[in-house]
Amino acid sequence: MTSQEKGWKEISIAAVCWKPNTEFLTGDWKTYKPVRDLEKCTRCLLCAIFCPDGAIRWKADKGDIEFDYNYCKGCGVCANECPVKAIEMKLE
Amino acid sequence: MKSVVEQKVLALNGDEAVAYAVKQCDVDVVAAYPITPQTIIVERFSEYVANGEVETAFVCTESEHSALTACLAASLTGARTFTASASAGLALMHEMLFVTSGCRAPVVMAIANRALSAPINIHGDQSDTMAQRDSGWIQIYAENAQEVYDSVIQAFRIAEHPEVLLPAMVCLDGFQLSHSVENVNVLPDETVKKFVGIRQFPKVLTHEGKYAPLRLDPENPMTLGPLAFPNYYFEFKRQQEEAMKKALEVIRQVHDEYAQISGRSYGDGLLDPYFLEDAEIATVCVGSTAGTVKTVVDELRAEGVKAGLLRIRAFRPLPVESIRKALENVKAIAVMDKSMSFGGHGGAVFHEVRHALYDSGERPFVVNYIYGLGGRDTSPMQIQAIYKDLQKIVEKNRVETPIRYVGLRE
Repeated sequence: MTSQEKGWKEISIAAVCWKPNTEFLTGDWKTYKPVRDLEKCTRCLLCAIFCPDGAIRWKADKGDIEFDYNYCKGCGVCANECPVKAIEMKLE
Repeated sequence: MKSVVEQKVLALNGDEAVAYAVKQCDVDVVAAYPITPQTIIVERFSEYVANGEVETAFVCTESEHSALTACLAASLTGARTFTASASAGLALMHEMLFVTSGCRAPVVMAIANRALSAPINIHGDQSDTMAQRDSGWIQIYAENAQEVYDSVIQAFRIAEHPEVLLPAMVCLDGFQLSHSVENVNVLPDETVKKFVGIRQFPKVLTHEGKYAPLRLDPENPMTLGPLAFPNYYFEFKRQQEEAMKKALEVIRQVHDEYAQISGRSYGDGLLDPYFLEDAEIATVCVGSTAGTVKTVVDELRAEGVKAGLLRIRAFRPLPVESIRKALENVKAIAVMDKSMSFGGHGGAVFHEVRHALYDSGERPFVVNYIYGLGGRDTSPMQIQAIYKDLQKIVEKNRVETPIRYVGLRE
């Protein structure tokens, strides 16, 4: 515990987050990472809809999706849901 | 004290008194699951909903765990919410009781106190709420149906007070209060509506770096109920303790303000003493038993015995200092517990009253009487016997049996 941490009188009640917690890179929890076969992928976006962490984003400028490995925990839901089996979970 | 408004007298049982009070409190969401002896509360309230007498969203859930979860979620959006339960239902809510208090959601819940299984028993004792005394909820215990009605109205004000913001239970003894019809004075709808007012929200610092009212609102997004690691969890728990301390003052203030309007008061709102000022022997109890004890105290006083009673109305937060001041000049005290703390050397009320008296200069004798479990009746004669025991303790200047059981067959 460091001196920068706030006391109970200073912090928001009800554990409301007083700063964005995107600084915690939860992507380092993963054992397997999703890797996409660009040939097979039809850009149906089902993987992005199912991702529980919002770690698959649609990039309009590229007309394609992108995995955000900083927050992907490697759960494999995307690979499981992909109708054309374009996502493979690879050991990191 | 006189009432400043004209009141109707209705014949209501304790459960109906709860439903009537909730109807007047402008509640947005009620989510509940039926369980004896609480069922009449939500049954009656669902009739108000069906008849269009209230604008409340009534959610039928598949369990008590879900009922409290629905109330918590609704409360976090800023809605005034209410539920009711008892016994096994309250036990099933156990997990969500802590989530609700931890999220600082001011849900109000009526509990028609009932024994816990096994063996199964639908009758009244206080095992259910006493087992939840560390869940972070305010607990107010009523003596009669009138006080049930008054306490529910006060509970919304107490729970929603921006410096308290804790959920609150109003406890009424199962059957003795929940199913017994009494004359209940009710305030006009407008008076209650004005008294409870509109929910106020304290401002909190959010992740956007600005202060916003504490409720889920798309205009001011915030994260509620997140993960807190060992570096912060402890601090949030300390905040809850502070809110309980604040509640001691707010319960008293709200009680006094309500007394000015209704003409009814219950001690100072936290403790309700009866002939305690010059008492040499006294009992301490929680809930409807106080009615029987008062009859016995009257008889003893007529005989010249200096007997008194301290009824604890607010068990959480516990007014420790006031209990000490109220009892430290009494010579012998019998604390009555309508629940057991197995292996804990006496019941919960006993533990806490003795704890309050540890810091007094003159430590009085304190003994424990466990009574009424599973709905067993406790008669005035049994209470008289307790006062006789206390007289013997004073005479002999020692305690032989610190923990005793009322009306139990050997």
